[in-house]
Amino acid sequence: MRAAVIVFPGSNCDRDMQVALQAVASAPVEMVWHKETALPRGLDLVALPGGFSFGDHLRCGAIAGKSPIMRAVSDFAHAGGHVLGVCNGFQILTETGLLPGALLRNGNLKFLCKPVALSVKTSASPFTSAWNAGDVATIPIAHHDGAYVADPDTLAELEGEDRVAFTYAQGAPNGAVHDIAGVLSANRRVLGMMPHPERAVDPAHGGTDGAPLFRSLADALVSA
Amino acid sequence: MKARVHVSLKSGVLDPQGEAIRHALGTLGFEGVEGVRQGKLIELELAQTDPAAAEAEVKKMCEALLANPVIESYKIEIA
Repeated sequence: MRAAVIVFPGSNCDRDMQVALQAVASAPVEMVWHKETALPRGLDLVALPGGFSFGDHLRCGAIAGKSPIMRAVSDFAHAGGHVLGVCNGFQILTETGLLPGALLRNGNLKFLCKPVALSVKTSASPFTSAWNAGDVATIPIAHHDGAYVADPDTLAELEGEDRVAFTYAQGAPNGAVHDIAGVLSANRRVLGMMPHPERAVDPAHGGTDGAPLFRSLADALVSA
Repeated sequence: MKARVHVSLKSGVLDPQGEAIRHALGTLGFEGVEGVRQGKLIELELAQTDPAAAEAEVKKMCEALLANPVIESYKIEIA
């Protein structure tokens, strides 16, 4: 697997993502600045990292979503490429329309930074195949705007097509509808999630429950 | 010419910030505030001098960037 991590002004989990992809998935990782207009050739995965791109101005992820590189990321996704968006990356994916719904201010208005128990809802994706559906993984969240919302038709579609990847196992701390923590695209190759799997891959992190996500990717994209 | 864009959350979307404002107003003794919705106001200075053309252009800006149609609605004033 060959991966790229997109770096925006204000990204702050880009290097964590790089290290996780290298350490767990043994992937060569290129860092790509947002002003680039093309992705490196031969990529299997593009990761949009967490952080506060463009200071969260206007709406979280809105300005980053219009960055020059995002046109190339969008083309990559539409051509069947795999894209992982974590936290601010998830917000950027909804802003660009690569994933449905939106992320709103947390219901209790607080910035939430703590490990949370996630329920893995599906193992049928290149991001979650190393888990079994129903597994619980403890992975940190760190966000102010993580309340997932979508209209009822979209929710029915996501749930009907088994596209909810993760829910908060003990109720959504941020007010997300149906406790949704992560969703997949229709072709299951784009995942957006608020929790940070890249912050749970090394025993020094306090847990390695995020590692199966990167192992899943390594398995799925090994021959790509 | 100037344009003002009012962006607000759609009616079905919960607004916890508006609710916090309502609560604070109650604490200050303002009674009878039954609901608060918070939005944003974006003021644009435009080179365009034709109001209809300006409005059409600002509408495009709203759809492309200023509002997120999944959760927000917008209203344009040209002055």
